[in-house]
Amino acid sequence: MTASTIELRVTPADRRIARYAAAAIALGVAEAALPSPLPGVKPGLANIVVLIVLWRHGWRDAAWVALLRVFAGSLLLGQFLAPGFFLALAGALASLAALAGVARLPRRWFGPVTASVLAAFAHIAGQLLLARLWLVPHDGVFYLAPVFGLSALVFGIVNGLIAARLLKEST
Amino acid sequence: MTDWLRLLRPGDWATMLLGAAAVAVSFPLLWAGGRAERAVIRLDGRIVAEFPLAAPRRFAVQGPLGETVIEIAPGRARVLADPGPRQYCVQQGWLTRPNAIAICAPNHVSLSLSGRDPSHDSLNY
Repeated sequence: MTASTIELRVTPADRRIARYAAAAIALGVAEAALPSPLPGVKPGLANIVVLIVLWRHGWRDAAWVALLRVFAGSLLLGQFLAPGFFLALAGALASLAALAGVARLPRRWFGPVTASVLAAFAHIAGQLLLARLWLVPHDGVFYLAPVFGLSALVFGIVNGLIAARLLKEST
Repeated sequence: MTDWLRLLRPGDWATMLLGAAAVAVSFPLLWAGGRAERAVIRLDGRIVAEFPLAAPRRFAVQGPLGETVIEIAPGRARVLADPGPRQYCVQQGWLTRPNAIAICAPNHVSLSLSGRDPSHDSLNY
């Protein structure tokens, strides 16, 4: 048997992203064990990691971590390419779009809580849109929007505060 | 507690207030599920009368068994009396949501509410 000649060059940035993504995946999997009152109402603890990465290393790294989390997390839970996976992906893409906007806000005035709340709202908006277009082609899905909006607000604030706290402790 | 509050920057307060306002505004809007606007009364599947759910009124339909009385009130309608043996449509009470329907099958009469957007009726559930 010949030795493999394929060599992947790993940069420190890759290792950093992998480490953060591992933390996010662990939080996501742990969270899947929590009972939820309504499908879609989840704390989204993994997003704390995404926020921290956004603050420390910028949007590009945050996008890597968020998307790696969606793919690897769904593989671990056996959800890959199931409807839940596409909903998670739609949510992640929408919240990354929101975070791209948030990253341009002055940090003196807007902290991680703003990023977290806006990303949470974008997340449910993306999910509801996909659900409306694909899974439940009826405006009835929007009747649940206030419930999702409220949970996005609450968990957005809580996750943002936790991220802000962790960022403060590490500096 | 004050520890946590110090993590918030001025813009964060604005974001949280705006978010809370948006959620508060969305609650009544989206829970309503559209408003019922008209009551449609059918006999043998043909529309015999249609009223806006505005002013209170009563309307009687003559079916094969006798008279079915429909009562209309602002925003709602019900079958007040029916000669049918089991009275299902009467016991259904007030209909308030669009596309809700009460059927008095023995007397061939139905009462349904319509909103702006005709979609699923209550039989779909």
